Amino acid sequence: MTWEIVVGLETHAQLATRSKMFSGAATAFGAPPNAQACAVDVALPGVLPVANRAAVEMAVKFGLAVGARIHRRSVFARKNYFYPDLPKGYQISQYELPIVQGGVLAIQAGDGEKTIRLTRAHLEEDAGKSLHEDFHGMTGIDLNRAGTPLLEIVSEPELRGAKDAVAYARALHALVRWIGICDGNMQEGSFRCDANVSVRRTGDTRLGTRCEIKNLNSFRFMEQAIEFEARRQIDLLEDGGAVVQQTRLFDPERGETRAMRTKEEAHDYRYFPDPDLLPLVVAEADVEGIRASLPELPEARRQRFAAMGLGAQDARALVGARELADYFEACVAAAGAGQAKLCANWIIGELAGALNRAGLDIARSPVPAPGLAALLARVSDGTLSGKMAKEVFDAMWAGEGAADEIIARRGLRQISDAGALEKIVDDVLAKNARQVEDYRAGKDKAFNSLVGQVMKATQGKANPAQVNEILKARLAR
Amino acid sequence: MSLTRDQIRRVAQLARIALPAQEADVVLERLNRVLSMIDQLQAVDTEGIEPMSHALDVVQPLRPDAVTETDQRAALQAGAPAVEDGLYLVPKVIE
Repeated sequence: MTWEIVVGLETHAQLATRSKMFSGAATAFGAPPNAQACAVDVALPGVLPVANRAAVEMAVKFGLAVGARIHRRSVFARKNYFYPDLPKGYQISQYELPIVQGGVLAIQAGDGEKTIRLTRAHLEEDAGKSLHEDFHGMTGIDLNRAGTPLLEIVSEPELRGAKDAVAYARALHALVRWIGICDGNMQEGSFRCDANVSVRRTGDTRLGTRCEIKNLNSFRFMEQAIEFEARRQIDLLEDGGAVVQQTRLFDPERGETRAMRTKEEAHDYRYFPDPDLLPLVVAEADVEGIRASLPELPEARRQRFAAMGLGAQDARALVGARELADYFEACVAAAGAGQAKLCANWIIGELAGALNRAGLDIARSPVPAPGLAALLARVSDGTLSGKMAKEVFDAMWAGEGAADEIIARRGLRQISDAGALEKIVDDVLAKNARQVEDYRAGKDKAFNSLVGQVMKATQGKANPAQVNEILKARLAR
Repeated sequence: MSLTRDQIRRVAQLARIALPAQEADVVLERLNRVLSMIDQLQAVDTEGIEPMSHALDVVQPLRPDAVTETDQRAALQAGAPAVEDGLYLVPKVIE
């Protein structure tokens, strides 16, 4: 029996505002407990919420970036439930009329790509934080996070398995950072996902009963959690059981999902329009102003990069972050359009590797884009072999100066003079008669050994492509 | 439409309102009276009328994104029954 896994994601992206959704308290991370919780956030009687313009604009920006419908008029609603870190007894959210509806996101699926439809995105406020460590048998409440603006982005259940879900989450993560509405810091909880997972027999069109896995705060955990959960549901069904709709938590230590203790009463949020907040109206002119301020989006940029002759995977990798795409463009601008592929190879390979090892963002790369372009110019004009270029790159990374300075100082000039190389090759051939015989007897390995001898004779400075050519020509005689 | 005692108990539970058994019947009767008025309203023909989410025909004013509230923890916590290390303390809750 084959099964199809169906996943829908709900993502909470914390909007990068200075102040809260409905109050003038700060949103900065890491403040002392309750130092950023004002009278509105702690829900003193008589306070009134006033919506933050920047948060509304960011929601519109997101909607435009995914090609969604922006509702000119949306409504804030109260979602009612009791928990100590929600001092009002309700969360202000949007229910029937969200600000953003529909839209699509392109994701990588295997070697190709897929388009995932979005259901909606709505504005809401975050809750506070409960600290369950022991305070003499009591729970500590920090309301700094209460009222922080969130954009909840809901996908249609169109993701088929853990890989799709992770690809979607990555694409969404890259997009919200790209358009500058969320810092994407998953450790600090700025970008968190809940996954709705169900399974059905291949070919079925009806959705199976789903379970919701809460608070997946890393891509790796998301993949593990969805894989485990799908397996669990398939095993249940194959044993003749049934899936019970419930909320589950992922335990990274054990790599499994577990049911959260279910409350006796099913959730009933009793949503209704918040009488403290008037309908949210976004003017056409404001939407057009935001549209005009949008940067070139990752999808458009990816297509432009692909048209520069890059492979699909490279083009996608380069739009993983806006800073990375900017770096690539700056490098190509300095090196020349013909060098796009060489630039991409070096940025994705050597540079990304070095940044990764050093734990640095590309924006803080010790080798700036024009510097890398200057190095690559020496690769394409034949001055440096690939191996030499790597040596120069390492020296540039270590702060030893510009490429040309390092090349001059270390005497790293590839020997490309045909006459000189021919002489060296002839010399090597004369001294290695046996390898020549072996090669002629059909032993291809002997060829590599001869190349090695030439390299040794030139301290690695011979142009490898030319050496190959000359050797082949000589041996063919 | 009228409510049952079970529904009244459930609503009270959801709203965390203590409702002693002897009061349940009184509340039930009162709420049913309110509901009968709502039934009357429901009977009005609203075909073609756009639903309102607010009684006032005005829109939400927006405030600029600026931090205007400074740390008022000491004043706000002066009225709290229990605080420690800057946290509000509440009876233990476990997920």
